[in-house]
Amino acid sequence: MAGPIFILRDYLRCSGCRLCEVACSLKHEGTVWPEASRIRVFEFFPGVDVPHLCAQCRDYPCVKACRYSALRVDESTGAVLVDGEKCTGCGDCVRACPGKVMRLHPETRKAIVCDLCGGEPECVKACHEAGFDALRVVPYTSVGFKVYSTMPDQVAQRLFETLFGGE
Amino acid sequence: MALYGYAGRLLEVDLSRGKHRVVELEEDVAFNFIGGRGLAAYLLWRELGDRWEEVDPLGPENMLLVLTGPLTGYYPGVKLCISGKSPQSNGVVGSVVSSEVAVELRAAGYDGIVVKGASKDPVYLYVEGENVEIRSAEHLWGLGGTETYRRLSRELWGDLKRRLLAREGLTKEPSFIYIGPAGENRVRTAAVMAKLSHAAGYGGYGAVMGSKMLKAIAVKGFGPMPRAKHPDWVKLLIREAWSALNRNVLWKHWGTSSGGYEVASLTSSEPVRNWQEEWHDSRSMGVQNYEAHWVKRYWGDYGCPQTCMKISRLRSGKFSGATTDGPDYELQAYLGPNLGVFEPRANVYLSSLADELGLCGIQTGNVLGFAAELYEKGVLTREDLGFELKWGDAEAFARLMSMIARREGIGDCLAEGTARAALKLGKLKGVDLSKYAVHVKGVGVGAHGARSGKDFPQAFTYAVGVQGGDHTSPPRLPVDRQWGEFTSAFEDSAVICSFNVHGDLPFQFLRAITGWDITRETWMRVHGRRIITLQRVLLLLGGPDLYWDPRRDDDNPPRFYEPLPSGPFKGRSVSREEVESQKREYFGYLGWDSLGIPTEETLRELGLDYLKPAVERIRKRLGAG
Repeated sequence: MAGPIFILRDYLRCSGCRLCEVACSLKHEGTVWPEASRIRVFEFFPGVDVPHLCAQCRDYPCVKACRYSALRVDESTGAVLVDGEKCTGCGDCVRACPGKVMRLHPETRKAIVCDLCGGEPECVKACHEAGFDALRVVPYTSVGFKVYSTMPDQVAQRLFETLFGGE
Repeated sequence: MALYGYAGRLLEVDLSRGKHRVVELEEDVAFNFIGGRGLAAYLLWRELGDRWEEVDPLGPENMLLVLTGPLTGYYPGVKLCISGKSPQSNGVVGSVVSSEVAVELRAAGYDGIVVKGASKDPVYLYVEGENVEIRSAEHLWGLGGTETYRRLSRELWGDLKRRLLAREGLTKEPSFIYIGPAGENRVRTAAVMAKLSHAAGYGGYGAVMGSKMLKAIAVKGFGPMPRAKHPDWVKLLIREAWSALNRNVLWKHWGTSSGGYEVASLTSSEPVRNWQEEWHDSRSMGVQNYEAHWVKRYWGDYGCPQTCMKISRLRSGKFSGATTDGPDYELQAYLGPNLGVFEPRANVYLSSLADELGLCGIQTGNVLGFAAELYEKGVLTREDLGFELKWGDAEAFARLMSMIARREGIGDCLAEGTARAALKLGKLKGVDLSKYAVHVKGVGVGAHGARSGKDFPQAFTYAVGVQGGDHTSPPRLPVDRQWGEFTSAFEDSAVICSFNVHGDLPFQFLRAITGWDITRETWMRVHGRRIITLQRVLLLLGGPDLYWDPRRDDDNPPRFYEPLPSGPFKGRSVSREEVESQKREYFGYLGWDSLGIPTEETLRELGLDYLKPAVERIRKRLGAG
């Protein structure tokens, strides 16, 4: 896909199986590591699963907030890339992130965020192979990114009402 | 450290003294007993073995074990093994439940938790790496499943968010297991619950948690799974397993829910009205009638593409609001036809009530069916119950279920489970009720009968299982069959989901992760045999309230010898000769004598010499030289 891309998430199709987390951590960490996965599925209530990952806000507040120029935007995919050498783990990007996707790696204490696997995201592949297609790669231009720069507990609240019809 | 695939550490918590410590998991113990069920049996033996007969499963000296295995987190689908001395069988049951607690435990740097002693006041345990807290659960005690889940989840995540959100970012919510009112009241059919409807039902470990005044165990970990010996091989295997699981469309789309009509009609082995029949042609129980209530068609556990679970919710009618999974086949059967209930909505409602109360749907369905048959036969009366208990009356069964969970009235007696209730009521009424009690060694049998011979249990399956009537660990011949006792012992020890097993994959995983040269063949000959033998010895030791005699208790429930009264296999029953000959063959393979007691040579061969005094105690009690 030419040009910047976006991982579209269809919450109602998400089974909560976390294949995306496993695939992501296998790719980036070489092992199964739920908290080091760049995509994470939150389940605050059984059955209400919220895949949570970077929305690549067009105004990139995290990149702007970084005092050490450790973050930059990948020109071809639009992903935020972290320069581990420059990152001091100060947490400025974490505070700036509206959806609190950006965070510090549990071990290295450097900022981590979805890098879109250079354009072919492993999470999307795993989700597709399993037949759920809760994650899909779409052109970035079509996305109202602000919708996705949201805290997962807020999404969960709305999703709960959709799925279970409220209390 | 050379121990791959393990954290090498167990967290030991003493609730009596309010203390905890970390104990090492020795490499030879891990190698010999793997994890989960096997490790549970060994740890129980090591701590309590020399006075096993005196240990009251509901007393403070019993231990509650929450264990993972070397494959947990790597193998698709996560399972957690709960064990201890069982208040149902007085032996050891490895009871598994799908819960992310297993992944969190390994991420927190532990292979498991050993809970000893008992607290005076309600508490819950919070584990976050080295931070281990025993917190008050006064505000949670007495709450049903949904409310417990909501409050605890809000409390735990709220706390994490407060501490970590600003500086480090969001962390995933902690996972927890908990008990409902049934566990608190030490009901022997109480389950350890996870999510809302996941339950470790067999064994009665909800009651063990309740006896320790332990409402919940919550775990949060931040690390990776313990290091594998061959990480690249593991990566390839995970992909391989995923693609195998993705091909299993039946499970994926319908899970075990698909079994309702099929098991009832095609194999004729479903409990109907307390096993008086095993056949019905009520098409209302077909999967399409359940699908209408599914609000989530695919619901998976950690890393599992199979997603056999479905969430059902009733949105209208008198049971509106009831929410459960599936129900899966077992609950469809036990809280459906077994109670004369042939209406999916009533079945969903009863299943959700069992979840809410923290009861095992299988065991409680078994005891409810038992009570209803006694009512039908006039042994139990309206005066005993306080209301009528007729087949198919879901509301009456719901009422009785609540009475069991709270130990009110007749519920107090039925809360002891089918085996003990039969003895107690039999004494009270002056009649022998054993023929109505469909259990083996205190454990109600799973919803798969053996009479038609068309389902997976064989004639001797329930008679000799080391986990009593547990249908998930069924002895079968030939011994290395999938979903037989040996393969189950592997799955519960490794700890993985038995629905996810494809060919030799689990053993390849074991070798890739641990580096140990354990093949299916060595499992059959050594490791599996060792675990089953140890479980058998502890089961035969038994006590303190009930002891099993192999001559009497290595047998099917009496009902299985009554010919099927209806259906395509009308007239069939389990053949005693077949049971005896299969038993002989099975005991022979295991190296046990004709009573199913391990011989000295077998103990030596398996490195279980330390069991000799226990085996002598068993022989002495049985007067068998």
